[in-house]
Amino acid sequence: MKVEVRVFATLRQYLPGLGVGEPKRVDLPEGTTFAELRDLLKLPLAEVKVIMRNGLQAEPEDVIADGDRIAYIPAVAGG
Amino acid sequence: MAKQILRINMSKLEATYEPVPEKWARWGGRGLTSAIVCDEVDPACHPLGPNNKVVIAPGWVSGSPAAPSSGRTSFGGKSPLTGGIKEANSGGLSSQKIAKLGLAAIIIEGMPKDGKWYSVFVNKDGVKFEDAGALAGKGMYEVDTLMWKKYPNKPAVIGIGPVGEMKLSNAGISVNDPENEPGRYAGRGGLGAVLGVRGVKVMVIDDTGGPGVDVANKDLFTEGRKKLTDAIQAHALTKKDGGLWTFGTNVLMNIINEAGGLPTRGFSAGQFEGAAKISGETVAENIEKRGGVGTKHHACHPGCIMQCSSIYTHEDGTAFVSSIEYETSWSLGANCGIDDIEYIAQATRECNDIGLDTIEAGNAIAIAMEGGYLKYGDKAGALKTFDEIRKGTPMGRIFGQGTEATAKAFGVYRIPTVKGQSMPAYEPRAIKGIGVTYATTPMGADHTSGYTIAPEIAGVGGKVDPLTDTDKTGLSLTFQAATAFIDSTGYCLFIAFPILDIPEGWDGMAKTVAGVTGQDVTGEKVIDIGKEILKKERLFNEAAGFTKEDDRLPEFMREELLPPHNVKWTLPDEELDKVYAWVHAG
Repeated sequence: MKVEVRVFATLRQYLPGLGVGEPKRVDLPEGTTFAELRDLLKLPLAEVKVIMRNGLQAEPEDVIADGDRIAYIPAVAGG
Repeated sequence: MAKQILRINMSKLEATYEPVPEKWARWGGRGLTSAIVCDEVDPACHPLGPNNKVVIAPGWVSGSPAAPSSGRTSFGGKSPLTGGIKEANSGGLSSQKIAKLGLAAIIIEGMPKDGKWYSVFVNKDGVKFEDAGALAGKGMYEVDTLMWKKYPNKPAVIGIGPVGEMKLSNAGISVNDPENEPGRYAGRGGLGAVLGVRGVKVMVIDDTGGPGVDVANKDLFTEGRKKLTDAIQAHALTKKDGGLWTFGTNVLMNIINEAGGLPTRGFSAGQFEGAAKISGETVAENIEKRGGVGTKHHACHPGCIMQCSSIYTHEDGTAFVSSIEYETSWSLGANCGIDDIEYIAQATRECNDIGLDTIEAGNAIAIAMEGGYLKYGDKAGALKTFDEIRKGTPMGRIFGQGTEATAKAFGVYRIPTVKGQSMPAYEPRAIKGIGVTYATTPMGADHTSGYTIAPEIAGVGGKVDPLTDTDKTGLSLTFQAATAFIDSTGYCLFIAFPILDIPEGWDGMAKTVAGVTGQDVTGEKVIDIGKEILKKERLFNEAAGFTKEDDRLPEFMREELLPPHNVKWTLPDEELDKVYAWVHAG
């Protein structure tokens, strides 16, 4: 499965070398969950507050689909 | 020492100090400005006439020892933009200095008979009125510099730029930050025009030698302060080196874009291909690269420990502008189809100088693009509009009146406003709860007044799906009530994020209010107290002529699909009417 992964704000430090908003293209085996991909990328569990798949909320145990646009997001809010 | 109300009468050029009457004694911040406006301003008055007032109040806790992030000021009056009650809230130096002079609120009323401009200087010895004719027409950067040259002790400077002098409905009230930049604003709703009608160009507040703020129960206050501080410092969003510290509110640009809720090119789409270029991450990278005086974290008021502001620099490291907020980068950027952060920095500076609310300013430009006056993405053309506003040309005056006036000048249908105020940086079709807030808050389309973004997007204070209509009316009301309370405390609203996730912090906030005021305020009472404030504001608006038809989103949002999720506004109007049904129930 080929997917695009983006990380933002304080999570960017864990995937150095990517431009702002630039995705990392990853090849994954069928059945990989968002939690498993998070761990594969070594994103600390405690720092991932929200997961998005194609702009929709996703849960860690959900299974990733081919072509997904994935985002791991830390705690954010503002005005 | 009992606090006082300072009443400034601009018709007589007189200042009187009054004891706080019993009916207002419970209140601070927004609770107090709304109480005073409801008591003293005729809801049917013309907002630019002699009977409107500007009320300024620090919060309950403002100025008390080491209360973290507690220097916010509430400004109240009848809004020329919405025609309803307004509380506009700002950081900067004003709150703590007003509080430390022993003042619960300042009421500015009347209008000078001679039509002149005045500066009003307030210190421990009283109030001085001076001719400010020499300041007329000057931008706030120059006014702030002149006021710190003229007066000692680095005072608070509250003022209006040229657009407020012209009494236009997108005039905000500027408050200087600790570096004396006019970067903080009581921006929304045109209260700068209301101050302009009073003939006040600038008000200077020096608290040196003032009586300070009394704390009724020091142990309770200290206990609460520690709990609240611990919560702020523990939460990933608000702690040192956390999200807001590092990236400011513009941390949201990429996230709201990812969620498909970033209003783009006049609310025609929910995703902008240039979002990354105008995001908080890009701003932070540039600040770091350029060095000099730039800083990613910056306190907009003394004692703030979240420090979400920043000082953006030119390429040579010299100061450019403070601060590029998310709303500002969005309204001047994505909503106008512009992806150049340097243009946005310049346009932000123009707004700071001329005295404009950046949200309304960007929306007005986008509407002009929608109407064909400019093309989407035209930076040079957009920058020229600020020149027009500053000079008060006919086109400039239209822009200075805000989004609806500009829409009318160009025959535009797709107007993203509620109660005459334009929507901020969250598309209601993709984030339903914030749409309920936009529709029903007494403030007009306003995001801070009921920030359901926290649970709908950020997973803060719970987690709900932004795309469903279910349970959003209750969610919005809860946030509106909690916000009305927090707006009364003097704390920055951003303490809501840690204290929604960390109950000890919520309890701590309530204890600091109880500790300072001596009132029986607890965490359990926050929502009910907030609802008292909301009820007053709703009743003012009803008396001003508002009906349920004013609690509606624009027609085009029911009709048009918003990409990428291809969604419409679907919540039935009868559901919106439930949000405030309790005001007249039983």
